[in-house]
Amino acid sequence: MDSVAEFFAMGGYAPYIWPAYLISAGILVTLLGLSIRDLNRNENTLKKLRAERHGSAIEEADS
Amino acid sequence: MHRFANPNQFLRIANPLLPWVGWLAALCIAAGLYLGLFEAPPDYQQGETVRIMYVHVPAAWMALFCYATMAIASAMALIWRHPLGFLIAKASAPIGACFTVICLATGSLWGKPMWGTWWEWDARMTSVLILFFLYVGYLALVDAFDDTTRGQRAASILALVGAVNLPIIKFSVEWWHTLHQPASVVRLDGPTIHSSMLWPLLLMIVGFTAFYLAILVVRTRSEIAAAKIRNIRLGQVHS
Repeated sequence: MDSVAEFFAMGGYAPYIWPAYLISAGILVTLLGLSIRDLNRNENTLKKLRAERHGSAIEEADS
Repeated sequence: MHRFANPNQFLRIANPLLPWVGWLAALCIAAGLYLGLFEAPPDYQQGETVRIMYVHVPAAWMALFCYATMAIASAMALIWRHPLGFLIAKASAPIGACFTVICLATGSLWGKPMWGTWWEWDARMTSVLILFFLYVGYLALVDAFDDTTRGQRAASILALVGAVNLPIIKFSVEWWHTLHQPASVVRLDGPTIHSSMLWPLLLMIVGFTAFYLAILVVRTRSEIAAAKIRNIRLGQVHS
């Protein structure tokens, strides 16, 4: 148990080391999440627009 | 090179690569974190704070690498009129900005215990801060025009002019007096860093690079879709 506490204490530098890792992880995970969200949103919009265009093309052909 | 400039050709090559770079990033970062936090020794001068290096240095390297990618993609888009270059540059910019913020924040957290200050207006830190503003300026400019092409061209010129900052950042620790320590990995006479610290550092650098490539593919795909959406909407307005 002592060694675990010792590990997290980082020789007294815990207040500098752990925030550095947490900030990095937080920024990178947020970037990953936002990038995937944007991709899904854009590809869904594109699919919908293409389906609409396809639909209106069929209507035009029918009339 | 011209063959890859076609967006559909790019997607055909990039999409199958995506899971591979994703896994490479996850494995390298996991191994790098394990070695860096558990196996690597504390530094004889800096103690445990040297562990900040394993995120700070890879983030700094990526901040420069993302900008170099952005500048090269912009140049190719301007010279050969490959619109894909604009999209890759735009996809690269926010990733580079994130790495620059990580570099500055972790550097500050490392500077406080080692130099006794969070920030110093010296050559290395100031030039990296300018790099961050270049990313922000690029992102502001690229969307600032109603005509997408004009925004892309203006932002690309900014990206190219700003590339002069890259060698300034790299050599700032040699050209000027600075608190920042000089290079210890990329040196003409070989690395001066011990292998127990070099390995986790290299793994984190490979991991961050793979992470960047994975996000770059995701964001470029997103930009390609956005460009196709713009084209369809323009077509609807004109018909």
